[in-house]
Amino acid sequence: MLTVTDVSAGYGSFQALFGVSLAVAAGEAVAVIGANGAGKTTLMRVISGLLPASGGGFALDGRALEALPAHRIVAAGIAHVPENRRLFPRLTVEENLRMGAFIPAARKHFAERLAWVYELFPRLLDRRRQPAGTLSGGEQQMCAIGRALMSKPKLLLMDEPSAGLAPLVVEQVFNLVRRIRAEGFTVLIVEQNVQQVLDIADRAYLLDRGRIRLSGAAGELARNEEIRQAYMGI
Amino acid sequence: MDIYLLEAVMNGVLLGGVLALLALGLNLIFGVVDVVWIAYAELVMCGMYAEWWLTDSAAWPVLAASAAAIAFVALLGVLVHLLVIAPILGSAPINQLLATGGLLFFLQSAATLLFGTDFRNLGLRLPVIEFGDIFISLSRLIAFVAALLGAAALYLFLSRSFLGTAIRAVAQDREIMGLMGVDQRRIYLLTSAIGGGLAGLAACLLLLQYDVHPYIGLTFGPITFMICVLGGLGNMIGGFVAAFIISQIIAIAGYYVSIEASYVLAFVVFIALVLLRPQGILGK
Repeated sequence: MLTVTDVSAGYGSFQALFGVSLAVAAGEAVAVIGANGAGKTTLMRVISGLLPASGGGFALDGRALEALPAHRIVAAGIAHVPENRRLFPRLTVEENLRMGAFIPAARKHFAERLAWVYELFPRLLDRRRQPAGTLSGGEQQMCAIGRALMSKPKLLLMDEPSAGLAPLVVEQVFNLVRRIRAEGFTVLIVEQNVQQVLDIADRAYLLDRGRIRLSGAAGELARNEEIRQAYMGI
Repeated sequence: MDIYLLEAVMNGVLLGGVLALLALGLNLIFGVVDVVWIAYAELVMCGMYAEWWLTDSAAWPVLAASAAAIAFVALLGVLVHLLVIAPILGSAPINQLLATGGLLFFLQSAATLLFGTDFRNLGLRLPVIEFGDIFISLSRLIAFVAALLGAAALYLFLSRSFLGTAIRAVAQDREIMGLMGVDQRRIYLLTSAIGGGLAGLAACLLLLQYDVHPYIGLTFGPITFMICVLGGLGNMIGGFVAAFIISQIIAIAGYYVSIEASYVLAFVVFIALVLLRPQGILGK
């Protein structure tokens, strides 16, 4: 579904990604793991069009997307749950969800998708008139995921969904990701929480200082001695 | 209660409606595009001239001329954004202030060139109506009601529609608008058109009560900025409330002392409040 080919990117004179290639098949959950500063968020920002690639390209179902601005990439079928959730704090939960359905194709189905997201996350229904800034961390993550789902994307990008949350809430968030998968969504997820993300992913890539160092089935990587020592502290 | 004081208070409320409309437009543009249109009141002046010219020279009926004037100023708003603001969107705020300040002088001079410095008006003579013992001019009442309707329409648009929600969202997190599928440039254009349209509506309402001349903007511009700052720049509800506070000060002081003194007092109150609450009366 998604193919990323030889992507390089950076900020000014700082290069963060060096020829990264990866692929995600329909229905898969693929994880990109790596240390802080390895380039994980940069990779997400390139795929969602927030940051232009300086080299290489990427395609969704064979359609090249690297030249499109972010707002056209959403319409092409990629939704991004950004790092730190980035809800609109003074808009209500429901207004945040409305923003997720902004693209014309989603607007037409707004009412039914809203009902579906509320069914998926009943907590959001209780909080629908509340400003998103007043939600707890876990609820905010639900709202951010719900907002991305409103466009019914072919591919869901998730950037560090567990960051900044209490351990118990982290567990809840990974359960949310499991449910998204069960709904049949294709997911590309970036995480520092290596052990838990390998638990829910089919395959994974290890990103190290802007380059893919290792890739394979998630279970395989979870048993890899180097990964266990460097990223799981075992 | 003193009947004349009551009349002054009523007139203050009626004046507040139009000032609130101007404050809403200026705050909307500041909150969304993050630029202060120093020449905002000069756009009002352009709208007043447009309506006057259409009724006077083209002999249009007043309502049609009003609608055309609103559309014209909305278009002017779009042009201001495209020609003046967009090229300097990323530059220092002082450069943006200087550019829109330059636009103020440009518009004043252009109006002088086109229409001279004569005072012009619609030549309408609307009656004064009697409520018990107080007299209220119908033109002020119409202006007030139309301004409130305009504000209500804006509120419904911003709170109910997808585009209106996007306009509020831009003010909260610019960077991720693209992730929502929103083209930020189009939101800026739409906001500029709405800001212009509000100035156009205010122009039509002011032309019911005042003559237009190239420097009419100076009568409303400074007081509109004062209201916006008092309410907290970018805070639309704060600006709305502040418009009625300032107009009451002007109306009541105008009744007890004189109109000139009332503006002095309004600015003194403004300076004092800004020293006490620099974030605006409703700011956090």
